[in-house]
Amino acid sequence: MEFQSIVSSLFEGFYVNCFIFAMTLLMALPLGLIISFGSMAKFRPIKWLTKTFVWIIRGTPLMLQLFVVMYAPGILFEIPINSRMTAVLIAFVINYAAYFSEIFRGGIESIPRGQYEACQVLGMTKSQAFFKVVLFQVIKRIVAPISNEVITLVKDTSLARVISVAEIIMCAERFTKKGLIWPLFSTGIYFLIFNGILTLLFGYIEKKLDYYKG
Amino acid sequence: MSILEIKNLTKSFGKTEVLKGVSFSMEEGEVVSIIGSSGSGKTTLLRCANFLEKADSGQIFLDGNLFYDGQDKKKISPAELRQKQLNFGLVFQDFHLFPQYNVIDNVMLAPLLLAKEQEDYKQNKKEIEQQIRKNAEEILDRVGLSDKLNNYPCELSGGQKQRVSIARALALKPRILFFDEPTSALDPELTGEILKVIRKLASEHVTMVIVTHEINFAQGVSDKIIFMADGVVIEEGTPEEVIQNPKNERTRHFLHKMNEK
Ligand SMILES: Nc1ncnc2c1ncn2[C@@H]1O[C@H](COP(=O)(O)OP(=O)(O)OP(=O)(O)O)[C@@H](O)[C@H]1O
Ligand SMILES: [Mg+2]
Repeated sequence: MEFQSIVSSLFEGFYVNCFIFAMTLLMALPLGLIISFGSMAKFRPIKWLTKTFVWIIRGTPLMLQLFVVMYAPGILFEIPINSRMTAVLIAFVINYAAYFSEIFRGGIESIPRGQYEACQVLGMTKSQAFFKVVLFQVIKRIVAPISNEVITLVKDTSLARVISVAEIIMCAERFTKKGLIWPLFSTGIYFLIFNGILTLLFGYIEKKLDYYKG
Repeated sequence: MSILEIKNLTKSFGKTEVLKGVSFSMEEGEVVSIIGSSGSGKTTLLRCANFLEKADSGQIFLDGNLFYDGQDKKKISPAELRQKQLNFGLVFQDFHLFPQYNVIDNVMLAPLLLAKEQEDYKQNKKEIEQQIRKNAEEILDRVGLSDKLNNYPCELSGGQKQRVSIARALALKPRILFFDEPTSALDPELTGEILKVIRKLASEHVTMVIVTHEINFAQGVSDKIIFMADGVVIEEGTPEEVIQNPKNERTRHFLHKMNEK
């Protein structure tokens, strides 16, 4: 096997990681916001349902959730999931939405009530208060915890291999079976570079938001 | 006719009866100060008048028209309440400025959002926004902050923050401006600048209701003083009546205590 074809095969694998990463982020962030509203709902049943759901998702391993999403529909309802990638995305989106929702909830609840009251006496509607005043302050407060989760997500994408989705580590293991160990070790470089870029990006965003205190 | 009349307002939190039937009235252009010891319900009264709390019973009249009725509190829609709210402005003890906006944007935000609801907003966007900016600059000039338009709240002193929050409330041109202890969160050396601004507004005949512990200031600026205790108005009248010659024993006791401080 020549070097170039190994590297390009690893790149193909890493493309899968990137795909899972991007799709998860794209769907889990808005879903997380919706879940966070659920966990702050005044209507108790919705609140407790949401909280239980979040507790289950955060309390069990993502690896187990991948297996459940992959096999449970087929076993329980006889509707097997036909695409492994779909199963991966469902499990990842739900898992990360649960984590994001807790970060959003913490951020939203940390905004002092006075901000809402100031909006109200200035004649703003509730949605104006949220979108024009509160949301930005929430974003500033959650950038750091979100960036932690996002970096964890990059590494978690390799879990897709447990249901045989050919992400980078799975691709590299094929070479291990042929007696080549360096491709497996080299996968770390891909993750490091990717997370390095993300770290710089989040650092930039944090700095941009740092124009005011409070 | 009174611009504002409050009749028998009551409010309880759970079992605690905080307002036990508060009544008073005031005329346009008047300054009314509310004094009274801690826990007497002054903040709650202002919050009820500004609909941050809904009074359980009693009425509020504006220009002689029934404006809010505690009996019907469930029937009022949020939109209706909002429309009514715009007649009043409230300045909080601890400012509640919007930290991500600079001074001028803090003042302009609410008027801009309100303007967007006007029918002619789309056609005259430029002029309307210019008008709002001009108005905001004028008001900030009135409170002495012309040189801070582009600063963020975190860059201001407490006194400056409070002046921004006064400007922010004035920008909506409320009929009545309420203050809840506007100087209590400030260092003693900064209270003067706020009191000066309020005195200036009084000389411009802005109708104001001021909850304050600054008895001397209240005496100087007010047309009427209201002394509250335990959720009721104990005594009301001109500063000469209430502060120089209080009739009620509790008023005397309170003023005596304040003098010692
Ligand atoms: N949201 C609330 N829930 C329960 N009790 C409350 C609430 N708000 C106020 N109270 C109670 O109502 C009483 C009156 O409070 P209020 O803040 O109106 O007094 P105040 O006259 O403004 O006092 P201060 O001079 O200390 O500001 C207090 O005993 C307070 O504990
Ligand atoms: Mg108070």
